[in-house]
Amino acid sequence: MCLAIPGEVVEIDGMEARAEFWDVEKTVRLDIVGETVEEGDYILNHAGFAIRKLPDDQVEETIEIYEAFLEGDEDEALEEIGAEGGDLGIERGPSTPGPMGKPDPELDPMADREETSDGD
Amino acid sequence: MATDSDKDLQFRDPDTAEELTERLEELMDDIGEPVDVMHVCGSHEQAIAKFGLRSLLPDGLSVRMGPGCPVCVTNMPEVDEAVALAEDGKVVATYGDMFRVPGTARSLEDAKADGADVRVVYSASEAADIAAENPGEEVVFFATGFETTAAPTAAVLSDDPPENFSVLSAHKYVPPAMEVVAEMPDTNIDGFLAAGHAATITGYGLFEEFVADYDIPVVVGGFEPLDVLLGLERLLEYVRDGEAGLENAYPRAVSEEGNVQARDTMWDVFETESGEWRGIAEIPAANLALREEYAASDARERFDIDPDVGGEDPLTEQCICGDIMAGKADPDGCDLFGEECTPQNPVGACMVSSEGTCKIWYEYGGQPDL
Repeated sequence: MCLAIPGEVVEIDGMEARAEFWDVEKTVRLDIVGETVEEGDYILNHAGFAIRKLPDDQVEETIEIYEAFLEGDEDEALEEIGAEGGDLGIERGPSTPGPMGKPDPELDPMADREETSDGD
Repeated sequence: MATDSDKDLQFRDPDTAEELTERLEELMDDIGEPVDVMHVCGSHEQAIAKFGLRSLLPDGLSVRMGPGCPVCVTNMPEVDEAVALAEDGKVVATYGDMFRVPGTARSLEDAKADGADVRVVYSASEAADIAAENPGEEVVFFATGFETTAAPTAAVLSDDPPENFSVLSAHKYVPPAMEVVAEMPDTNIDGFLAAGHAATITGYGLFEEFVADYDIPVVVGGFEPLDVLLGLERLLEYVRDGEAGLENAYPRAVSEEGNVQARDTMWDVFETESGEWRGIAEIPAANLALREEYAASDARERFDIDPDVGGEDPLTEQCICGDIMAGKADPDGCDLFGEECTPQNPVGACMVSSEGTCKIWYEYGGQPDL
């Protein structure tokens, strides 16, 4: 996908951040984000790398965009960030609403899929 | 060049959608003749198909998909190289959609079925991790995609990856392909809707020269339905006024200069070279090859890949993915569509990738008006 997905940074360790996408946490590299990223910031994640820190005043707006685009289909969103394979180090987050505010109890991030990203 | 016109856009507001579509109709009435615009991003196509946006467009406005599907434009010999490495005992890691893309005869999926070690990863760093965890194996990352994945691949290579890690680069660079499409005599495009997230890396300023050289408007657009409609509205304004302008209709993700660090990292590691985009053309400066300084991590340098790898498949000669991506043909113009070529048994990459026009047509049940 050409799509990059916004997530909230919850922990930073050097060049690696843990970021929350919906109700799933994922490791994201910060090597090329080009800005100082702190916990609480939102980043656009593409193929495991943050490619932009979202301006604070545009975070909510941007999340609404993806919420609209995905129409509540978190599976599709999680596919975007590669968060569906059990061997990818994905951890389920707490059952509280994620940044999209729409937890999906049916969501199974361990679902077995072949296609995780198509490389754009 | 960025406007404030989308700043307060309510992205799901049907009234706004209606206003925008009415505006598109007014503009088409003013223009008074058919208009063809092209987007160069598979996610744009997905948004257009998923939300049925073509059904909202006024008569005479055609939105065509260009060479914006990175999986689709990966050339068959590049797939053949990856298959050959896998069959030769290397661990080949690649993005999910590349797994099933046919080479001239075989795919990585076929190789894996025969016992090759092929891993699906979602990031370049994950491929490097596999190498670190398997020091006795040669791990090759079959790297595909445009600027948004080339920059991460470069970041991994410039961060002292394991010695047993190498990259088979099939990365491609979009702007030269837009030039080739703009020059094609059979492709009369009145404006380009440029890919938002590729522009996150490169910046929209990159297109200034293109706009000037080809006298054609370019609008960088986002991926939400109203983003697409807004991008089209901006493009039609330029067409009506007979102007070749550049505009950023996606300022929340794209700046004029882009992500300088990502771009610098990409160009530190890669250089452009001429290369074939599957079925489209040999395009100058549109393939990203590893620079000499990174030869030790270049799978083509490290391994003696037979340049004639791959067999022949007569069906592939009938595949018209190239014409489809150049805006010259629609999927139902292909004799294979829906018959010999399906998502379950694809002949061309356009039927494999979630961004491929053929797969999108197949999945969304129809033959949308491209």
